[in-house]
Amino acid sequence: MDEHDLTCQELVELVTEYLEGALSETQRKRFEEHLTNCHDCHNHFDQIRHTIRLVGRLAESHLSSGAKDDLLTLFRDWKKELPEQEEPES
Amino acid sequence: MLTIEDADIIQGLRRGDESVFVSLFDGYQNSLLRLAMMYTSDQQVAEEVVQETWLAVLKGIQRFEGRSALKTWIYSILINRAKTVAQREGRHNNLTLSLDEQPESNEPAVSVDRFHPDDDHPYPHHWLTGPNDWGELPEEKLLSDETQKVILTAIENLAPNQREVITLRDIEMVSSEEACNVLGISESNQRVLLHRARAKVRQALEMYLER
Repeated sequence: MDEHDLTCQELVELVTEYLEGALSETQRKRFEEHLTNCHDCHNHFDQIRHTIRLVGRLAESHLSSGAKDDLLTLFRDWKKELPEQEEPES
Repeated sequence: MLTIEDADIIQGLRRGDESVFVSLFDGYQNSLLRLAMMYTSDQQVAEEVVQETWLAVLKGIQRFEGRSALKTWIYSILINRAKTVAQREGRHNNLTLSLDEQPESNEPAVSVDRFHPDDDHPYPHHWLTGPNDWGELPEEKLLSDETQKVILTAIENLAPNQREVITLRDIEMVSSEEACNVLGISESNQRVLLHRARAKVRQALEMYLER
């Protein structure tokens, strides 16, 4: 493996491997060294982190679903067919 | 492999405890619906897939051996069903194919014209026009509904295998290992797909936020 410093174009392709902890110790050090010294790459890395955070917010968006009542009926039907219960319902 | 919490849920379901089922439903329904919507744009079809998934969970819970996390198991059932339905509908029928393909290795995360080309600069491959600092943007712009829509559209436009990975990892917060299990892909393949997906969403955000 060659020892040259990472270029910016190389660094942007390693961001996910860095975040996933998939870089070797040497690669990780070179990555962090570049990031400390390069304002532009630091901004890019920060944009990726913003992206991940904003994508994650989609989890809060609620899709309307009227399925709960149907599902409960289904559950109660299923329960009737269960093998014998350890303790009967009070 | 199973957490204590998972084990409690499984025991509860096996004895037919309705409150356990209700809390499981409340915790998962939204995620299941969102995952199903990756494979069909028809919400009614997605709801049916989710309903079938719940039925399969109930029917399978007695036999569930806990070799994967409960979440992984439920997601796997859903994704298998959603794929079957999508194929039957004739939509996304390239999905299975593209999953088996090696991800395109020549797709740069950032367009090549953002960098100094080879050799014509003392710092080849460094930024021509550097990225902006999004920390300077107003938080309400970043968190706006319109920004959310830009992200949603960008994810919808991804290749199906990239969309699957970013949805599981970055929206549903499934671990890397679990995502690989659910999708049946290798860790390295998954990383490439996640990398491409995040890069494209970042690009869409950049175009929107900095226009």
